[in-house]
Amino acid sequence: MLRHQVKGAKMAVETAAAEGEGGLVFHPMDQFIVEPLFGDGPVHWYTITNATLWMALAVVAVVALMVLATSRRATIPSRGQSIAEMAYGFVYKMVEDVAGKDAVGFFPYVMTLFMFIVFANFLGLIPMSFTTTSHFAVTVVLALAVFLTVTIYGFMKNGTKFLGLFWVSSAPLALRPILAIIEIISYFVRPVSHSIRLAGNVMAGHAVIKVFAGFAAIAVISPVSVVAITAMYGLEVLVAFIQAYVFTILTCVYLKDALHPGH
Amino acid sequence: MEGDLAHIGAGLAAIGSGAAAIGVGNVAGNFLSGALRNPSAAASQTATLFIGIAFAEALGIFSFLVALLLMFAV
Repeated sequence: MLRHQVKGAKMAVETAAAEGEGGLVFHPMDQFIVEPLFGDGPVHWYTITNATLWMALAVVAVVALMVLATSRRATIPSRGQSIAEMAYGFVYKMVEDVAGKDAVGFFPYVMTLFMFIVFANFLGLIPMSFTTTSHFAVTVVLALAVFLTVTIYGFMKNGTKFLGLFWVSSAPLALRPILAIIEIISYFVRPVSHSIRLAGNVMAGHAVIKVFAGFAAIAVISPVSVVAITAMYGLEVLVAFIQAYVFTILTCVYLKDALHPGH
Repeated sequence: MEGDLAHIGAGLAAIGSGAAAIGVGNVAGNFLSGALRNPSAAASQTATLFIGIAFAEALGIFSFLVALLLMFAV
């Protein structure tokens, strides 16, 4: 039933009525369609789409918070300034605690990642908006950037000692080749899981909200549906922050590997 | 009711999210029981908690992805 590619709402309502069990008026994945902002036509790499718009809005929001709110630095901070300082301190402490004191050179990068993801997630929670972080294309680029940074910096800083990451020196000698294979596989799965975790969580949550919204068309269970949407939305606000936090903290964990390889 | 084996496969893949729920519950529950024994050490370990939850959850998300691929890509 979910597979119905519904062309028009009217037809969908008729389908739902005909099936007698209440089909979805819209497809729950429709909200993730990337479409050009002006006119319609094929989407090229340079086409300005709704994804472009909402990513740009996320950047604007980050700049507004981090630059404008802190431009008039006051001893007694305004609300904007205290939020900006709180975010700064939060990420700085995370880099220092998880990745180590010598990783603070990477703080600007980690801060940028965190602020972009957190704002993209929260902007996606505005009704009728577009969630850029629900697209694998977006999160894969973010995760690959982290992966390449870690790999290249690890080899630059440690040379061939970086390969010690795969050679578990605390294990018995006979086990080490097997462990090395496992470690290498898990190393290369990192960008996959890193990106899919963010996109999957955000996409799943938004799709669930839409599925519940589809049930609101049926009078008998519509109150349940409204309550469920509200509850899911509250959970999504939490998830939006936690997933940004998890993405950032895993970046720090991977950076620690680049700085201090070996077990 | 339309449907084919891919739909059944997608439903089977959804079992994986239940398994991930067990994993995440394990991590969080063990953290809580440890934290209640020694509350003063708990605050310093929240980062470890989230890392553990993230790793446990990743495999559940993989199964979700398999379900999505079966629904829309096959």
